[in-house]
Amino acid sequence: MSFIDPHIHMVSRTTDDYMKLTISGIRTVVEPAFWAGFDRSAASSFRDYFEQLTVTEPARAARFGVRHYCWLGLNAKEAEDLALAEQVLAFLPEFLDRPNVLGIGEIGLNTNSRNEIATLEKHLDIAVARNELILIHTPHLEDKLKGTRIIMDMIRAEPRIDPARVLIDHAEEHTIGEIKDRGFWFGLTLYPNSKGSPERAIDAVETYGPERLCINSSADWSVSDPLSILKCANEMRRRGHPETAIEQIFAQNPHAFLSQCPKFHHA
Amino acid sequence: MSAPYTPMNAMDALDVYFIENRSRLLDIAAFLDRIDRYPGAEQARADYRYQAFMQIIDVLKSGTPERTKQVQLALSDPTDTPLASARGKRAYGAWKGQQ
Repeated sequence: MSFIDPHIHMVSRTTDDYMKLTISGIRTVVEPAFWAGFDRSAASSFRDYFEQLTVTEPARAARFGVRHYCWLGLNAKEAEDLALAEQVLAFLPEFLDRPNVLGIGEIGLNTNSRNEIATLEKHLDIAVARNELILIHTPHLEDKLKGTRIIMDMIRAEPRIDPARVLIDHAEEHTIGEIKDRGFWFGLTLYPNSKGSPERAIDAVETYGPERLCINSSADWSVSDPLSILKCANEMRRRGHPETAIEQIFAQNPHAFLSQCPKFHHA
Repeated sequence: MSAPYTPMNAMDALDVYFIENRSRLLDIAAFLDRIDRYPGAEQARADYRYQAFMQIIDVLKSGTPERTKQVQLALSDPTDTPLASARGKRAYGAWKGQQ
């Protein structure tokens, strides 16, 4: 069974990485729209980016036998500019029916500011209107706990959103329990230096159970590793977990969440 | 067919993870020594991040359950009021307190 990386930024990776993924057994990847490492100067840059995510990148992946899906939205780091957000959200729906788009994401908060919250509300309105799956980015470091709570309160205040159709990503030890208790899926990110390690991710599996959990690399343009989910799977193996449990975490769980969008297929 | 799950016991975990965590402890000790050695050590030791670090070392020694979660909470903003603006704001890894 091949694995799924449910959160990886392939536009920032070399073509060689597609070869590494496919020969290592990761043959389905899902790429959320995110911050490019700099603030874009105009809404038209997002139109080009959405075109890249829905046309160029799946074609590049297919050359190596990798299925490429994506999430579209305006990332939280550029959500402070409400005028920009309004322009981007005006054309976002044009792209959502494309065959590799699974829903709205990664959207959420970065510093927990009022404008970020306003932009997130507008994304949620689009998701409700179209019954889209939602991928949530939570803030980093000291802002994560507060931001995760604000986001969950916003979503639970909208009764038309089923929390089982929302994955709250970049969860850590202080947010996992609250996310699970409120009925959401949660994501653990394996990111050297600033997020979780394979050891801590498997500690979370053992502590909180394997249900409604997806583990991802979030590999991008910064210090990151596109094969990190395999290293995490190996950490499970090292501790004696059976292959069936490993397959649940790295194939069946992401398949269960993502296949709520009928466009998703995993070999 | 997979072998049945045979979970590690605590001694297994100690055997498997001791050396790599010994190395991490040495990195932390070296980080603190570096601060002491460089000019401006007094100012650095008064910084909220250094103070949070010292508080966390006490958490590690406490023997209470869920130490990882306690460390995360010790570094987190516990408030619930949105910021007026994100302009110029970045995360530093520890909460500085009400600005």
